[in-house]
Amino acid sequence: MRDPLSSKIKDVKPSGIRKFFDIVTEMKDAISLGVGEPDFDTPWRIRQEGIKSIEKGRTFYTSNAGLKELKIEICKYLKDRYDLDYDYQTETLITVGGSEAIDIAFRAMLDEGDEVIIPQPSYVSYVPCCELADGTPVIINLKNENEFKLTAEELEEAITDKTKLLLLSFPNNPTGAIMTKEELAPLVDVIIKHDIYVISDEIYSELSYKGKHCSIASFPGMKERTLVINGFSKGFAMTGWRLGYVCGPKIIIEQMFKIHQYAIMCAPTNSQYAATVGMRKCIGEVEQMRESYDERRRFLMKEFKRIGLSCFEPFGAFYVFPCIKEFGMSSEDFATRLLQEEKVAVVPGTAFGECGEGFLRISYAYSINDLRVAIGRLENFINKLRAQA
Amino acid sequence: MRQKILKLIERNSRIDMKELAEKAGVNEAAVVNELAAMESEGIICGYHTIIDWDKVENDEVTALIEVRVTPQKERGFDRLAKMIYQFPEVDSCSLISGSFDFLVILNRSSLREAATFVNEQLAVMDGVISTATHFVLKKYKDHGTIVHDRDREERMPVTL
Repeated sequence: MRDPLSSKIKDVKPSGIRKFFDIVTEMKDAISLGVGEPDFDTPWRIRQEGIKSIEKGRTFYTSNAGLKELKIEICKYLKDRYDLDYDYQTETLITVGGSEAIDIAFRAMLDEGDEVIIPQPSYVSYVPCCELADGTPVIINLKNENEFKLTAEELEEAITDKTKLLLLSFPNNPTGAIMTKEELAPLVDVIIKHDIYVISDEIYSELSYKGKHCSIASFPGMKERTLVINGFSKGFAMTGWRLGYVCGPKIIIEQMFKIHQYAIMCAPTNSQYAATVGMRKCIGEVEQMRESYDERRRFLMKEFKRIGLSCFEPFGAFYVFPCIKEFGMSSEDFATRLLQEEKVAVVPGTAFGECGEGFLRISYAYSINDLRVAIGRLENFINKLRAQA
Repeated sequence: MRQKILKLIERNSRIDMKELAEKAGVNEAAVVNELAAMESEGIICGYHTIIDWDKVENDEVTALIEVRVTPQKERGFDRLAKMIYQFPEVDSCSLISGSFDFLVILNRSSLREAATFVNEQLAVMDGVISTATHFVLKKYKDHGTIVHDRDREERMPVTL
């Protein structure tokens, strides 16, 4: 029989730590700090609206680009919160999570051989989605001593004649790093000088603990070369509703619209109605959730200090990224032994790129009580390792 | 600053001073002073714990008693209220608008104690016209905290 598969898909690497995941899933009584989604239920008003939309029989497709009311609310929200100006009719597209937006952005913008600069550690879908769109990923290995922020020098060094796009993801999964306005400014100069475009994945924008999130699209000259991707999963605790959006220049959005129209039709209708209410009425609850995450973040930093685990202070998302190089083990070995010996699941940093070696991603989307127990076990484990050393 | 401190301790009265100071954006000494001041001014009246007693073996009940009274000349409702709330078994007592006057809550007493209190103290009090007693069957949410149906974990153990 002929090979049913494309060589392109066969070349896409499967997640490197599948073995580790298998062990985690089998171990029933482990405490997990490995989850990449909020522990809060979706705010009740949002859930209620979802139920209501089903009761009312609003179960048809929406227009391809999404519900008008929702797009209007999104544009209002982006203006109020991040000072971004988008037209809801021509510059906004509602997608199935931020992940669909990432995929179709690459597909709309890349030709074979175009280079995409992807700073790592970062979310796992950027490289494969880029490759499937015939792009060539160019990895920048971000540094712990820079608190995993991207510097203008690193960017400049990675740019070639073929560079088309820069993928930015701050606040960052897995490091929790953020980039402030002052830190983004030098990047803007480089980006404009070399005439490259930016896909800015700002899905964690609501979870910023040091002043308000700054979008790179808010800099003069950047709106016309940036796609802003965001969504409801993290800030509004709506992961399973699968709802995101992308805003950007009309000329790019209208091409993304074509892919979205042919591949997806539209984002889930009840999710769109529910999220409209979320934007109108639940910002207060979003703020409360942020405060809780911040409490836990500070608790973890305090505890790391106490047990002597080295970690830069991250100010975004719900992750911390401690360094475990002192123990002379690979991230995966460390995580596997921690799981087997103390029944705590964390994610090896290498899941997010080679430069994640020597680090762990620890999620604080858990109650303080769970965190306290887990840290106690982590402490046992590292004390044991230090005693053996 | 007061509003901020009050909102924070209303949610968690066991928050440590350092954290409270950090969140209220002032130094620790200022927070300690402010708390003491608000305690002596009667703004902060006590610190309690939310307990789901259903999870602890016990036969005690919570009773909500609606009380209708005849307000007294010149003293209005206040004197009657005082006569009711002085009883140690009364957990809360409020003047309510609508079809009755006082809502009296007896927290955690036996059925017999509650009955005795209503029959022998409350119903026969001068000025009390009538009472209606309701017993709490199950508590779902108290002081903003959901006491049942918590801690379910349905997320997958690891997601990226």
